[in-house]
Amino acid sequence: MSTGESQNEMLLEVMQAHASRIMESVPWAQALGLRLTRLEKGRAFAKVAWREDFVGDPDTGVIHGGVLTALLDNLCGVCINTALTRPKSMATLDLRIDYMRPAEKGRDILAEAECYHITRNVAFTHAWAYHESRDKVIATAAGTFALNDISRWASGNAAMEMASKLLGGQS
Amino acid sequence: MKTRLSEVQTFLDRTPFARFLGMRCEMKDGELIATLPFQDKFLGNVAINALHGGCTGAFLELTAIAGVFLESEMKQPPKPINITVDYLRSAKGEDLYARAIVHKLGQRMASVRAEAWQGDDPTKTVTALQAHFLVSDAG
Repeated sequence: MSTGESQNEMLLEVMQAHASRIMESVPWAQALGLRLTRLEKGRAFAKVAWREDFVGDPDTGVIHGGVLTALLDNLCGVCINTALTRPKSMATLDLRIDYMRPAEKGRDILAEAECYHITRNVAFTHAWAYHESRDKVIATAAGTFALNDISRWASGNAAMEMASKLLGGQS
Repeated sequence: MKTRLSEVQTFLDRTPFARFLGMRCEMKDGELIATLPFQDKFLGNVAINALHGGCTGAFLELTAIAGVFLESEMKQPPKPINITVDYLRSAKGEDLYARAIVHKLGQRMASVRAEAWQGDDPTKTVTALQAHFLVSDAG
């Protein structure tokens, strides 16, 4: 196994062991109750429960798109780190969301994100939000992120900073 | 326009997610200006005191909705088809302002741009959103 691969596996293991803490240090993710449910290499899964104060159309009870924006944006960011050899801090460059169908009132929303390409400075991601499976999506996202060294630009994420230290990062 | 603005504000007031954000709208020199007073919960990165992209995006989407609402006679809020959010600068942990530019308001679709800034320079866009909405009340 190459050094890169074993470093990626170590980072993934650290992230999996501290998955709950990754979202805990992001106030807006906490305010919305975003929860990471699974992490794999290059993929992340999360869940958000329906809440009355998420409603964007008071007549139908449909959740506002902004909740999905936060969920998919955050999850895209997380899935990038699962594909790296050393944690990085990242900033969203752009995010495109397509709304396929309204989320149903009272139901949890599940989401998954996939990082399908990474360069030195940029990571490319796709994400999906649904109630049951990707066969019937509520929304899809395409996001690009600028990558930054944690040593130069703090991630603001205790769990990722710790992973960086454990893996001998320069932070 | 003034009464329509009060209808926009009424819509925001009875929309739970707009209340959760605490945003408000007012007219300044004939233009709709949305304000998002800062709250700690909006942060995405505490270390660099930056707003969460999902929070800025949500605020801009609501601003775009308010912009379409203001220029139309719709009774229901326009339904989003898609949005593209361009993060131009890091949004700091302070109040955010936004305006909406309705490029096209057709029978069925609307194309809207919304721009957010901080401080007193509206030309220094922090985040920009481009959105398409379904605007027919028939759904």
